[in-house]
Amino acid sequence: MTDVILKTEKLRFFYRTGDGLEAAPALDELDLEIERGSFTAILGRNGSGKSTLAKHFNATLLPEGGSVYAYGMDTRDEKLALEIRRRIGLVFQNPDNQIVSNVVEEDVAFAPENLGFPPEEIRSRVDEALSMVGMYEFREHAPHLLSGGQKQRIAIAGVLAMRPECVVFDEPTAMLDPKGRDEVVQIMHDLKEFYHTTVVLITHHMEETVDADRVVVLDRGRVALDGPPREVFPQVERLRALGLSSPVTTELLYELNRRGFRLPLTELSEEGCAEAIYRALNA
Amino acid sequence: MAPIIRTEKLTHLFGAGTPFERAAVTEVDFAAEKGEFIGVMGHTGSGKSTFIQHLNGILKPTSGRVLLDGEDINATKASVRKARFRVGLVFQYPEYQLFEETVEKDIAFGPKNMGLSDEEVRERVREAAAFVELPEGVFQKSPFELSGGQKRRTAIAGVIAMKPEVLILDEPTAGLDPVGRKTLLRHIRAYRDKTNAAVIMVSHSMDELAECASRIVVLNGGRLVLDGDARSVFARGEELKGLGLDVPHITRIALMLRGMGLPLDASVRSVQEAADAIAALKGGGRGA
Repeated sequence: MTDVILKTEKLRFFYRTGDGLEAAPALDELDLEIERGSFTAILGRNGSGKSTLAKHFNATLLPEGGSVYAYGMDTRDEKLALEIRRRIGLVFQNPDNQIVSNVVEEDVAFAPENLGFPPEEIRSRVDEALSMVGMYEFREHAPHLLSGGQKQRIAIAGVLAMRPECVVFDEPTAMLDPKGRDEVVQIMHDLKEFYHTTVVLITHHMEETVDADRVVVLDRGRVALDGPPREVFPQVERLRALGLSSPVTTELLYELNRRGFRLPLTELSEEGCAEAIYRALNA
Repeated sequence: MAPIIRTEKLTHLFGAGTPFERAAVTEVDFAAEKGEFIGVMGHTGSGKSTFIQHLNGILKPTSGRVLLDGEDINATKASVRKARFRVGLVFQYPEYQLFEETVEKDIAFGPKNMGLSDEEVRERVREAAAFVELPEGVFQKSPFELSGGQKRRTAIAGVIAMKPEVLILDEPTAGLDPVGRKTLLRHIRAYRDKTNAAVIMVSHSMDELAECASRIVVLNGGRLVLDGDARSVFARGEELKGLGLDVPHITRIALMLRGMGLPLDASVRSVQEAADAIAALKGGGRGA
């Protein structure tokens, strides 16, 4: 019995230019369901509609046609917007655009404060959120002196202070160095594993998605591929045609098969890939 | 061959003499020759951006020198100004630098400031746009009407239009999708191939640097800690990890296979190279 918490029905959206509606829709009658507790990666080339879709999940954008339901609530209903946004958090690409305060713990407290929670409640939520992202020792630091990865973790803590059941990450690692990227990817997996948060990750970096439950590939506002990583990434030619690539492991196995090997394209991890190659050479 | 650009014990202190004094760059000796494609790596805060801003005179050294063709670029106002045209710097997310009414005017800004004739400026704009595959159809549009990718290409064209002999790019592919990344890197390589400019590219993408750079320079805590040809630098996986960096994914896999006992060259720089090297092992069996 599947428990769908996010649902789009024939979702249509256009960005408007100065002279009216844009010619091609950003989202074109898109149908998608996200299950509770899952880790879904949404991929697609620039312009495929992924960020636009992400913003519909918590009513940051509203549909031009079709509908979006978050926990059964229609996102078009203004009265429900606050509740929807409490349950579904959204983390953006640029940490600097999400931090408003000079002190880490004050920044994380921003949302609960604005909602008028009692001070003890705010304190415990802030401490909890900072612990979840491993930044509790930095609670009295100045955010602008932190590294990109650390800042992004503060931004995530700010979202977690609302105790959302679902967090949508829109290219959260785009501006981070490898270490920062690893930190954020780890947090996303911890959220799902330990806190049973539903995670939706929008990204270009294929390697971040190999451990996702499901990969959805968008193309021109529609779903082009949808399935577990082991089923989607082996479709190397199809992904190239969609302006993407497969993880390096898959690409290597694919190229070896073109050179006469018979290797399974479902080995996505580096260890699994190396072992499969080793076995084939020693057969 | 003498390097086109060089730094001698380059040091930069922020807030020098105040309680907040911080050494961002410390005694960096660096040299680039014409035609070289150099990758600059370093963790966030390692001083990469501060360092490269010295190369075209945006920042002045607290001590040490920057030499272009053997001459100190900070010697006179005129020499700094000249350096700005000969050393082109493309910042991260360059589309934020666009400001003119039309794409053509924005790209023309640099060449105009160089005192070129109208006809020469027009020619420079056309050439630069062609380099980044920006169609002439957008010339009269406002830069702000363009797509993100086109905006980025417009900003880069604006720098290339000055025909710099040293082209520096700070994470040029940040935020681009795989197709966008591939295309942009192709354009950068084409510029170097055509003009023999020295290209210096700051990047966090080990995979990109493995593909493009012949030489890698690593900054850590404001100091230059590694400087060598790309193959040998990437083969030093443990050291790079200790510096908060990583090796290209393909190198990691190659190192794993070596660890399993396969006589594989771990300095492979692309999937194609790795596949060829592994396939060669199949033919003659182990030890061949």
